[in-house]
Amino acid sequence: MAAATRPFSLFRNASAKIAALPMILTALGVFVGGTIWTIVYSFTDSRLLPSTNFVGFSQYARLFDTPRWSVSIYNLAVYGSLLLVFSFVVGFLLAALMDQKIRFESTFRTIYLYPFALSFIVTGLIWQWILDPGLGLPKLMRDLGFEQFDLALLGNPDTVLFALVMAGLWQSTGFVMVLMLAGLRGIDNEIWKAARVDGIPAWKTYLFIIVPMMKGVFITTLVIVASGIVRLYDLVVAMTQGGPGFASEVPAKYVYDFMFQRANLGQGLAASTVMLVTVFIILVPWALFVFREKKP
Amino acid sequence: MSDITMTLPERSLSAGPRGAKPRRRFAPSTIMLYSVLIIAALYYLLPLYVMVVTSLKGMPEIRMGNIFAPPVDITFEPWITAWDSACTGLYCEGIKVGFWNSVKITVPGVIVSIAIASVNGYALANWRFKGSEIFFTILLFGAFIPYQVLLYPLVILLRELGIFSTLTGIVLVHTIFGMPILTLLFRNYFAALPVELFKAARVDGAGFWQIFLQIYLPMSLPIFVVGLILQVTGIWNDFLFGVVFAGSQNYPMTVQLNNIVNAVQGVKQYNVNMAATLLTGAVPLFVYFVSGRLFVRGIAAGAVKG
Amino acid sequence: MRIGTIAAVLAASTALPTGAAHAVDLEVTHWWTSGGEAAAVKVLADNFNENTEHTWVDGAIAGSGTTANPIIISRILGGNPMAATQMNTGRDAEDLIEAGLMTDLTELAEEEGWADFIRPARLLETCTFEGRIYCVPINIHSWQWMWLNRHVFEDNGLEVPTNWQELAEAAPALREADVIPLATGAPWQVDGIRNVMQTAIGGVETFLAVNQDKSEDAIRSDDNRAVWEAFAQAREMVDDAYSGRDWNVATNMVIQGDAAAQIMGDWAQGEFAMAGQEAGVDYDCLPGLGNNAVLDTGGDAFYFPLIEDEATRQAQLELASMLVSQEVQVEFNLTKGSLPIRGDIDMEAANACMAKGLEILSSEEGVMPSTEQMLDSDTQGQMIDLALQFFSSDMSVDDAIERQAEIISQAR
Repeated sequence: MAAATRPFSLFRNASAKIAALPMILTALGVFVGGTIWTIVYSFTDSRLLPSTNFVGFSQYARLFDTPRWSVSIYNLAVYGSLLLVFSFVVGFLLAALMDQKIRFESTFRTIYLYPFALSFIVTGLIWQWILDPGLGLPKLMRDLGFEQFDLALLGNPDTVLFALVMAGLWQSTGFVMVLMLAGLRGIDNEIWKAARVDGIPAWKTYLFIIVPMMKGVFITTLVIVASGIVRLYDLVVAMTQGGPGFASEVPAKYVYDFMFQRANLGQGLAASTVMLVTVFIILVPWALFVFREKKP
Repeated sequence: MSDITMTLPERSLSAGPRGAKPRRRFAPSTIMLYSVLIIAALYYLLPLYVMVVTSLKGMPEIRMGNIFAPPVDITFEPWITAWDSACTGLYCEGIKVGFWNSVKITVPGVIVSIAIASVNGYALANWRFKGSEIFFTILLFGAFIPYQVLLYPLVILLRELGIFSTLTGIVLVHTIFGMPILTLLFRNYFAALPVELFKAARVDGAGFWQIFLQIYLPMSLPIFVVGLILQVTGIWNDFLFGVVFAGSQNYPMTVQLNNIVNAVQGVKQYNVNMAATLLTGAVPLFVYFVSGRLFVRGIAAGAVKG
Repeated sequence: MRIGTIAAVLAASTALPTGAAHAVDLEVTHWWTSGGEAAAVKVLADNFNENTEHTWVDGAIAGSGTTANPIIISRILGGNPMAATQMNTGRDAEDLIEAGLMTDLTELAEEEGWADFIRPARLLETCTFEGRIYCVPINIHSWQWMWLNRHVFEDNGLEVPTNWQELAEAAPALREADVIPLATGAPWQVDGIRNVMQTAIGGVETFLAVNQDKSEDAIRSDDNRAVWEAFAQAREMVDDAYSGRDWNVATNMVIQGDAAAQIMGDWAQGEFAMAGQEAGVDYDCLPGLGNNAVLDTGGDAFYFPLIEDEATRQAQLELASMLVSQEVQVEFNLTKGSLPIRGDIDMEAANACMAKGLEILSSEEGVMPSTEQMLDSDTQGQMIDLALQFFSSDMSVDDAIERQAEIISQAR
């Protein structure tokens, strides 16, 4: 298909295929193979180790009957949409501000990006502290005289997700900002000049001219941020271990807990299959659309 | 679309910020601008500040004061303890034990994963073959698979290959898990390079590897730095795969970090925990620091074209 | 076949005590990393290094459950197992045994007469699968303890409570004095509170009727209702920031006087000891919350993954033998604050709390099986979820009982 449009011999293209062999092997052997493995064993009653005692859909029946799973899905939806919206908005705003010929640009950029380099094991602990009513910000506010300031974000089932979003944004917006800034830097100066000549206000230029031009950046960023959301696990374990109660449980944690802690591999893999099928349903039509569009 | 990005690599090296018009100093809008940037910076710096301050306090001071107060008696003891003598179970040798193991895992892991993903990206962008986009879609799908789900299949795979509990094994694992995002970045970067360059090289009779090594590679330093930063960060901070696949003789630094942070001698040694974390995070921070400028330019070209 | 080989190795090991076989580095995995625990591991390692020619290579992985479990299982599955590992006993390990990945210790156990001295006998039963012995119980831990800081009560002019109700009554006064009545932490600790209350408040009969017989009547009985009501009291007695806290941090809140009490297993004792506290002076321990002093007999056990190397196998057996020996049992358990698995040793050095525990366990009615030996970890997981949901919300006692009935009726 694509090869036919290019003037290359089949022989030359063969070397591309050979070069892409590691990718093909990984795609088929690990990602496709691993997905099939996941699906197959989700129909078994595997406990600690994979077993081939098939039990039909009973793992799924139980999954959808478990309050913790529905809470996990709900939490992921809330966390995911908040994180997506805020990381895109904040990331883009910061990038746009950074693009105003400011001083100390690299200092600001480094500050925004540094959380990306620290592992969640301990940053989770730090946020636990900062949000601890007897230790962190709430105590600071009380010491400063705001007596009523008694916010226990992490201890309250209704607010714990916001605490996770705060820490999640802290960790990831820097990277989003850098991607966006890079996209802005890739926009031709002529566009700006033309917009200024036409007297279009800066915010309108951003919204109606620049943003549509940055489609590629948004897609790259979307894949990176969305995959991070789906796999969300470390942050939750480090900050709340799913608590209070299971107010901050997420699907990936459900999967791992059942696979490794509760010795119910079948149940964990059923949950994992549901996650993967959801991703598949969203990703594949999108990929088909993008690639079809590109064909000459 | 390609008109804009075609000239990017050369241009971006000299391209500075080019947002709206330059402003007068101390105009209200300038003050607003810096206020927003500084407030945002405070939000990002707060946890780092708490970490650094805590790591310089003695335990009594941590217990008494609040976490934001600067240290009254600055002590570097926690840093020395974290590096040299913090206990991780039976042994009390600090996190230095795993440092070289982490280096041994990170260096080949970063090199191999980037080498393979860059060739993938190049093949996908310039040498599309039948089905290449299907494989790319599978890779993108792979980015969404929770890693730990693949733990047992990978254990069995590596066992059958005879490389379980070896450096080769852990390098392979990091190559596999780094592949989706890295390939995405490289593919988009190469797709944004001028097509004319590629066509001219073809006319001159250059082949797959020649074009890649002699023309694309020298032009693509920035994206390689991006890959370097992503992989150094990811592999250096990895805990689970390092413990499972590298073998106990190669336990990375994060094993000690986990044992120090999760293990406590009676009272939790918060100052030592913070120092250990900052020490462990120093390597990715350093890599980011020295390559920060190239980082932005690299992503620019990589992300511009979807 | 395999058993035959081990017997041969064993024969060799008894014929040539030490010296002939070459020394082996034996990697041992465990998650004992907190203060008292690490000191106890040192006892084992030192004894092993001194009394055999082999070397203990420590493979500590802090954090049990989701952290250590996948690592241990992956290493075994991947064909590069550690020589010995701490693992949860009970039904979870069955899969690994069935897959032929664990060393059969039956010959050694019979030769040394483990069945004769391991008390209570249930401990060895949990290590037995289809008549063969696959693990070494090393200590007895029981969950049913409440730890109190005496000074907190004395300094505020309060009586030191002797049971759960007295603590619950003192709670408002403690709040007044800016003391958290009850310290707790991460989800498993909250679940532990409920489990302890199940026997301490609800009594052993109800406990067995619920978990072993899975009787719905028992779940709806007054005794079981009292359990949930006490648990409802507990949820009002904790602080706002408990979520995610480590158990030993909670224990230290009690030691420091920030909190008045903690419901935690006897391993908390190690933390009090490390802080130089004295039982009966600085702190009190109430078995069964002071209400119903019955202790379970859970504990830690070591498994020995099968390794195709004669010298290593011999070293594994030497370690297994050492773990149950009298000297090691005394020294290890004194350090760890747990109770020994042997009925034939003298624990004179035991402190007041351990002495209480030993005495309770020596009587028939003081012992009960832990739920780990009755319910699979999946059902336990669902009960944990219920306990957590209840504890962190204002779920009513009636709803909790309904849900408990549902879970237990589905138990495999």
